[in-house]
Amino acid sequence: MTSLPDHHGAKRLGLVVDLDVCVGCHACAVNCKEWNSGGVAAPLTDLDPYGGDPLGVWFNRIHSFEAGEPGHSRTVHFPRSCLHCEQPACVTVCPTGASYKRAEDGIVLVNEDLCIGCKLCSWACPYGAREYDYDAGVMKKCTLCIDKIYNENLDAVDRVPACVATCPTSARHFGDLGDPNSDISKLVRDRGGYDLMPEMGYLPTNKYLPPRPRRTDATLGGAAPELASVSEESAGGFLGWVDRLLSS
Amino acid sequence: MHPALSVIVFTTLSGAGYGLLFWLGLYAVTGLLPADPIFGIVAMMLALGLISIGLLSSMLHLGHPERAWRAFSQWRTSWLSREGVASIVTYIPALIFSAGWILIGQTSGLWGFFGLLGSVCSVITVICTACIYRSLRPVPRWNNHWVIPNYLALSAMTGMLMLVMVSALFGDRLPGAMLLALVTIVVALIAKLAYWHFIDATSPTSTPESATGLGPLGKVRLLEAPHTSENYLLREMGFRIARKHAKKLRTIAIACAFAIPLLLSAIATATSGTAAAACTLLATAIATVGVLTERWLFFAEAKHTVTLYYGRNLDAS
Repeated sequence: MTSLPDHHGAKRLGLVVDLDVCVGCHACAVNCKEWNSGGVAAPLTDLDPYGGDPLGVWFNRIHSFEAGEPGHSRTVHFPRSCLHCEQPACVTVCPTGASYKRAEDGIVLVNEDLCIGCKLCSWACPYGAREYDYDAGVMKKCTLCIDKIYNENLDAVDRVPACVATCPTSARHFGDLGDPNSDISKLVRDRGGYDLMPEMGYLPTNKYLPPRPRRTDATLGGAAPELASVSEESAGGFLGWVDRLLSS
Repeated sequence: MHPALSVIVFTTLSGAGYGLLFWLGLYAVTGLLPADPIFGIVAMMLALGLISIGLLSSMLHLGHPERAWRAFSQWRTSWLSREGVASIVTYIPALIFSAGWILIGQTSGLWGFFGLLGSVCSVITVICTACIYRSLRPVPRWNNHWVIPNYLALSAMTGMLMLVMVSALFGDRLPGAMLLALVTIVVALIAKLAYWHFIDATSPTSTPESATGLGPLGKVRLLEAPHTSENYLLREMGFRIARKHAKKLRTIAIACAFAIPLLLSAIATATSGTAAAACTLLATAIATVGVLTERWLFFAEAKHTVTLYYGRNLDAS
């Protein structure tokens, strides 16, 4: 059913992406592709993968932006994936009931057996979270690694989405954003986590943590402000002569 | 947005078909529709033919056309599903009305009531089609109050031109049809110009800064895209048309969809017989080309918020 669930539990699983820490290595995108090429959404078809014009399905894309005025700008690496919104129009526009939002944890999924491949859900998503599989003729999207996070055959520590598990800088966090006391909710509060395009009214579950203010004063980092002169007096003798010669 | 031929053909042809059905129903219920069965066969085959070809064309862009029947299930939330249901429901009064007209030779009374029901269903279906686009917030050039009036006005106009053409073939037997054609062309032209004025003058609320949330740092520019080749998102939602081409195509659309049909309809009003019939036929053909151009532009000029992540703005062409 593409109607949103009337009643849902408090649990709201999602991701928090720390833009201060992300180094733009694309490892999350690669591990996402790796896991999901064998998971419930498999295959993530690649057309012409080794040719001159490859075209494939990815659930995670890493953009790099420059923010700020020239001279004072900074580079921000920006992973983009499904935000598992509270008001997902991608679900309500679906004519067949293939798209749905789970009442128990808020994850937005596609039932590929019901999908007719009309692509309207991808038009309805402001964030570009959904990608069409030209080969399978159905829409695909991030599942929050639903076949991993609930997989009891894995050790508890491994029951996190592939992108979170692989991030070498711990820029991605996974948890219950519906619980105000969860570690991930505290992180959002402490760091001023925000929604992307709040003006769209989709109420994303996933949050982004802003880059921390840049240190422009080197002393804050413990460095000496500048190198002081060792001596005010000019040296005599040969070195003094060299100094006078070079200074003139 | 990528201007998919199947969807352009669908909205244009079925729009004209529903427009024709709308006017036939109104003429029937007011008792002004001739009960000539041959007239009925031609008019209803044209109306239902255009609708059916359009609907079949819309299925061509599906990844799984064999599952299309599933699209009737989610009418509670989905405008696409509502449109599917409305389009099929419209066949019921339309076919009953056709039976009365063609088999029994009656268009008024109870049969006229079914004609009117067909008119109401046609309006509902065209509104549902428009709402598919109107409801998409990520596409500001669709998510505005001019989209529904435009779809309705263009459907009424192309339907009326079809009706005038059929009427002329049978010796101009529909009173006021020529005048209605002239009025619908002017109304549709005003609606289209208002739409273009609106999308040119309105700045979208979403920007690269709001899309990334990096606005507090200053202006946001794309430094490096996530991928070096094209992907689905750019293919489907990243379609771009140069401003100069859009301007030329708008001129072509105004000329073909409105100006030339208006002139030909005026000539047809002043003349009679074969000359008038030829003018109405030409007006319909040229208007169809014009509306196809207009519909192509409706897609090509629409911009999606996902392109903000790919270094583009929504307002600049």
